[in-house]
Amino acid sequence: MSKLLIRGGRVICPASGHDAVGDVLITDGVIAGVGPHLEVSGAEVIDATGLVVAPGFIDIHVHLREPGFEHAETIETGARAAAAGGFTTVCCMPNTKPVNDSATVTSYIIEKARKHAVVEVFPIGAITKGSAGEEMASIGSMVAAGAVAISDDGRPVMNSRVMRRAMETARGLDIPVIDHCEDLNLSAGGDMHECVESVRLGLGGIPSAAEDVMVARDIILAEMTGARYHVAHISTKNAVAMVAFAKQKGLRVTSEVTQHHIALHTGFMKPYDSNYKMKPPLRCGHDVEAVIDGVVSGAVDCLATDHAPHAGDDKMQEFEKCPFGIIGLETAVGVSLEVLVHSGRISLPRLVALYTSEPARVMGWTGERERGTLRAGVKANVTVFHPEYPWTYDVTKSESKSRNSPFSGRTFQGGPIATIVGGEVVWRAAGF
Amino acid sequence: MAKGLLGIEPLERSEIEEVLTRAEAFQWHGQGPFQKLTTCAGRMVVNLFYENSTRTRSSFEIAARRLGADTLSITASGSSVSKGESLVDTLNTLVAMHPSAIVMRHAASGAPHFLARHLTTPIVNAGDGMHEHPTQALLDARTILDRLGRLEGLRVAIIGDILHSRVARSNIHLLSKFGSEVVLCGPPALAPAELAQIAPGVSLENDIREAVREADVVMMLRVQLERIHEPSMPAGEYFRFYGLRLEHLELARPEAIVMHPGPINRGREISSEVADSQRSMILNQVENGIAVRMAVLERVLLQ
Repeated sequence: MSKLLIRGGRVICPASGHDAVGDVLITDGVIAGVGPHLEVSGAEVIDATGLVVAPGFIDIHVHLREPGFEHAETIETGARAAAAGGFTTVCCMPNTKPVNDSATVTSYIIEKARKHAVVEVFPIGAITKGSAGEEMASIGSMVAAGAVAISDDGRPVMNSRVMRRAMETARGLDIPVIDHCEDLNLSAGGDMHECVESVRLGLGGIPSAAEDVMVARDIILAEMTGARYHVAHISTKNAVAMVAFAKQKGLRVTSEVTQHHIALHTGFMKPYDSNYKMKPPLRCGHDVEAVIDGVVSGAVDCLATDHAPHAGDDKMQEFEKCPFGIIGLETAVGVSLEVLVHSGRISLPRLVALYTSEPARVMGWTGERERGTLRAGVKANVTVFHPEYPWTYDVTKSESKSRNSPFSGRTFQGGPIATIVGGEVVWRAAGF
Repeated sequence: MAKGLLGIEPLERSEIEEVLTRAEAFQWHGQGPFQKLTTCAGRMVVNLFYENSTRTRSSFEIAARRLGADTLSITASGSSVSKGESLVDTLNTLVAMHPSAIVMRHAASGAPHFLARHLTTPIVNAGDGMHEHPTQALLDARTILDRLGRLEGLRVAIIGDILHSRVARSNIHLLSKFGSEVVLCGPPALAPAELAQIAPGVSLENDIREAVREADVVMMLRVQLERIHEPSMPAGEYFRFYGLRLEHLELARPEAIVMHPGPINRGREISSEVADSQRSMILNQVENGIAVRMAVLERVLLQ
């Protein structure tokens, strides 16, 4: 019987409302108990004095690029980056090559992850075949194979009838439909948020309306179908307001925000630097404020990285040719501590909830898949982090295969210390 | 202009004045052939044009040669670029040949700015996407100075597709730095309200007659009616509401001049009567292009 005792940390488990200094005991990969002072013999001990001990952090929006784009990331390297960021569980989007639109690809990802990933990887299946927006993918088979949600992330379903059918199918399977909300006609030719800056720099604009229009459509369809609908990487003031409205109406609508959309606005962009190019684009200051307000009010349910690795030479091009997206797993905790907790906007336990109980609730994980809690009997995923020690991110040392981060060189107050998956310490910060 | 010339926006007014003053010395006044100079002998200027261009490219070539520099012109078609070489690789290859400066035109906004971060060779921006075309604004300023004697306190109307125009942006920044009033006028989709905020003294006007009223300078932009992501606009509709005709000029100041960066589309954005009128500075602009580019290249090559 293997035992691991995490001793003397501030144990925060929002799912159970627990927040006190104490110990967490893991036996055979399962949480055995949480208490003020557990007496255990023969256990390996991790001293967590001065640290926070939380349920394993969940990121429901990453791109692991495998199969098909292994030059940018693999399931193995992406999982290592996740572990280094304090995440024990990630959900990977289906825009691989081939697209994860069948049980075969879903099973391939799960098998690869089982062999090579240090963290848990749950695939998200495509809504349509090839994410082309026309024919439905084999959604039921993918879910049977282990897919946890559906999304055509990056290539949103423009055809509203197809989206309606997807929502009906998803409701039947009790999985969420996650939409990257972007009206492709409104965003066409755009490389950054449409605003004074885009006009000044002569770059094509992606108006906020491109997101708002789709969020509105989707909420209407969610009401019609009764589906669980989740807005990926919400970024505009209107979208947050519409999600809040949908929640008020009692619809099963949720949303996530990325760390970069709460930390950065167009004013932070270095002109023509593709490390600031992503979709949705960095918005204006008032959008960032509204999205943070949404996190505080609950309109925004959780945080997600949208970790989007791109190989160096893909990002070393003319701005308009560069692909969209930045990596984010390793900086997530540091950024969100700074923007949300150290600024006084939310409490530390609330931040933990945004990474644990809340994403688990959004995904509807129960039973065998129960995550985001330190409840006894649940798989022992634990994230240990320091709430304020200073450290500086150096992207050249990233576990990811890619280097596309706007946060390199930035100093954060607080970050991950140890990542434990199923009772195994899969990553530990240097010096701890 | 510490190194190259990427745009007008980052320049100080004094730097612009220096170039314009120097350009005056390079103007050709029609007495015999131009005396080729040797001030930049031994320097090599590479003209790298990723977009078609007749006047800008030939103007830069002539300017470099008149300064005594060697020139090498590369166009995207028929070079390694058309074989799929990346911009960075192409530039690194050229840099290995040790040019003194690279003059570059590219369809992507910010392409020269991106390269300038990775190269030590000075880059002169000969037009980047929808962003800036600094030497065009400088030659326009030289032309205004020649005719009106000042850049301060003017009312300048810029008419057409402002959103997609690098010429408009560079002119807006330049004129704004001299305290002139810039009135922008074009179809609403091509003249978004945000433009008024990119520099002080800029305003928008819907009606071409109001834009031109009391103007000292009317700058017309070339129309590109077809844009890949945009619904197209009927050509006749454009000329009716935004084409410059003689009747409009009666609203402008008596000494007002008309400018156009070329190539012009007669009957699309400008009537032939206006293009060929005494007020038209179109050919003076072309001529000043050489003088201004000599001043710019000299500054870059001799720093």
